[in-house]
Amino acid sequence: MSTHAPIGGKLFTRPFYFFLLLFMIALAILATRFIFGLGSVTNLNDGYPWGIWIVIDVMIGTAFGCAGYAVALLVYLFNRGEYHPLVRSALMAGMFGYTLAGMAVMFDLGRYWQFYTLMMPGYVQYNSVMLEVAWCVMAYIVVLWIEFLPTFLERFGLKNLRQKLSKVLFIIIALGILLPTMHQSSLGTMAVVAGHQISPLWQTQLLPPLFLISALLMGYALVPFEAILASMGLRQPMETSLLAKISGVALAVTIFYLVLRFADLLWRGALGFAFESNLDALMFWVENLLFIVPVVLLAQRSSRTNPALIFISAVSLLLAGSIYRINTYIIGYHPAAGGTWHYFPSVAEIMLTVGIFSFEVILYLIFVKTLPVLHRA
Amino acid sequence: MAISIKESDTHLDGFVGTLGGVSRREFMKFCTGVAATIGLPAGMSWQIAAAASNPQRPPVIWLSAQECTGCTESLLRSTHPTLEQLILDAISLDYHETLSAGAGHQAEAHKQQSMQQNKGKYVLVVDGSIPVKDGGIYCKVADRPILDHLLEAAEGAAAIIAIGSCASWGGIPSSGPNPTGATGVAEILKDKTIVNIPGCPPNPYNFLTTVLHFLAFNRLPELDAKGRPKFAYNRLIHENCERRPHFDAGRFAITFGDEGHRKGWCLYKLGCKGPETYANCPAILFGDVGPGAWPVGTGHPCFGCSEQGVGFTKGVHQLAELETIKPSATHVDIAEDIGVGVTPAAAATALAVAGAAAGAGGVVVNRLMQNNGNETDNDLEPHDREG
Repeated sequence: MSTHAPIGGKLFTRPFYFFLLLFMIALAILATRFIFGLGSVTNLNDGYPWGIWIVIDVMIGTAFGCAGYAVALLVYLFNRGEYHPLVRSALMAGMFGYTLAGMAVMFDLGRYWQFYTLMMPGYVQYNSVMLEVAWCVMAYIVVLWIEFLPTFLERFGLKNLRQKLSKVLFIIIALGILLPTMHQSSLGTMAVVAGHQISPLWQTQLLPPLFLISALLMGYALVPFEAILASMGLRQPMETSLLAKISGVALAVTIFYLVLRFADLLWRGALGFAFESNLDALMFWVENLLFIVPVVLLAQRSSRTNPALIFISAVSLLLAGSIYRINTYIIGYHPAAGGTWHYFPSVAEIMLTVGIFSFEVILYLIFVKTLPVLHRA
Repeated sequence: MAISIKESDTHLDGFVGTLGGVSRREFMKFCTGVAATIGLPAGMSWQIAAAASNPQRPPVIWLSAQECTGCTESLLRSTHPTLEQLILDAISLDYHETLSAGAGHQAEAHKQQSMQQNKGKYVLVVDGSIPVKDGGIYCKVADRPILDHLLEAAEGAAAIIAIGSCASWGGIPSSGPNPTGATGVAEILKDKTIVNIPGCPPNPYNFLTTVLHFLAFNRLPELDAKGRPKFAYNRLIHENCERRPHFDAGRFAITFGDEGHRKGWCLYKLGCKGPETYANCPAILFGDVGPGAWPVGTGHPCFGCSEQGVGFTKGVHQLAELETIKPSATHVDIAEDIGVGVTPAAAATALAVAGAAAGAGGVVVNRLMQNNGNETDNDLEPHDREG
């Protein structure tokens, strides 16, 4: 019935142990953080209360996790069934991205033990953007696991349950499209709240749509990125024609994004800041050139069938979206008062982030080898 | 309705009647405020209260020479006490060109009468400079040079207060070629003690406090070498200026409207005379409207209006003489650097991660390119990569 199957093979390979080691280091850092507090491992301060644990682990992590959202949008909203083979692995990427991002938030919360108050209506502030993000992300993590549930049910032969779930799954799928639309744009809204502390190169009322579209873009980029790595690393068949098509979608969305981004800069009269000689301007161009690279590489229809070009474009888009988030929240963010603030992630912060992404790789390896995730041609 | 003053009304409990509607509480607040302005202990407010409610209000003769009435105008805008509280309740203002009820011969006659009756008891206040050139003909009141009026009134005065820079040391009429020979009161009445309250206009509270001090203790407040009350004029403006930390840190506005000016940096290089002007402007401010309500607070360099040889003499653009502290050649940051920047270990870690990712990416791209070269014929078809 299913065209998905576990790929099997040896689980405990050398790459697996390598990523496991990185994950163990991260666990040690986490232990230190929870025993001695945030200050013992991070370079966070009152000027920069958000470091890479929020910006990379959560914001970029969930943007990577938008693969599930981006493909579901294509398949279910635009009714493009031909992309269906990509749904399951994309959903899994989303599930990992969001679940780990949700955990990563806990690492960064100063008083994490009060997290439960978020669920208590009497405690919450209903006008808060962060509340919306928190509720939305929590709900979406649950939704993703339910969306992914058929994979488990197939693996363990629970056909009856699988069929029952199919009947209500459309509600979950609808939620799975609604929720990321809400919170991915809200992740941009949080920067709007920071006001003039963020450079005019990034501060705009259009941050919510720009964050949403760039998250979608990263989702569309992650699909070929993951598919190509899987085909090489795990010796899987490559669905080049599908990847060519989805690269076309990514190309169109990228062009739309760039038009919106630069029209906004021009309309606000902020483009001049891009020609100053400072780190802000440099990073602005790094970010936007990375968005432009795929447009150049994928412009020709024939180049969209070249896996190397697809891969470079995907990496470029993922980097571009990531740097856009880092720029908005760290590079372009200048704490307003109270001193000359500095922030660069500490070794421990970097290693924890590396550890979290390593954990995603470990989970990926376990899941694709033991569960029917990848599509069989 | 006439208020008859009985013996009992002079007692502090009788203030309501004496003060014509001012509540006892308000009145004591005002007196405590006055005591605080001079730096007296709070208990002294009773003594000031007794003086301010004394039915034997001391007469005051106010002479106006070459002046603009700015000093009177600023007094009119004081709120604690108000000028009417002062002249109706605390003193008996027997002669004032602007505020007298009478005019012309009537006013002059009243002045003469008061001076004779209260000889040796009245307070003489002078605003405006006194022209001495050509027999003082450049400023005449009632057909007599103001110089004559001054000499006459000074004879029987118990205390003489020169209010404003003009009366204190000549002020604006004495600057430039000084065609009228404008001179301060103290220079004319060399054998008398003159209290100078310079400023253009001076802060009304420096004047009111001096008057109430005289009423309360029957003597003048402590004066400096230039005859100025020490409670108001013993510190340079520079010493109490809210922008002083910027001076010490070497952060100066260079032109009006530049970044430093907009950020509230020190105005010394715009010609601020705060470092050579003695006054309490930054401490008590003007107009009772809250913080920042004084020239430097609004972004304008101090003009030095109260200081002889500075105000109306030096150009606005000229740098002040630094009487006390020179700006140092090196400066300590006001705002310390906070937070940890790039450390070698963190940079190495970040570069290692980036390098590993780039390396892996490079390998992938390289292999894809090789494969692509081998399989150009069926790119558009889904296909198995060969192992």
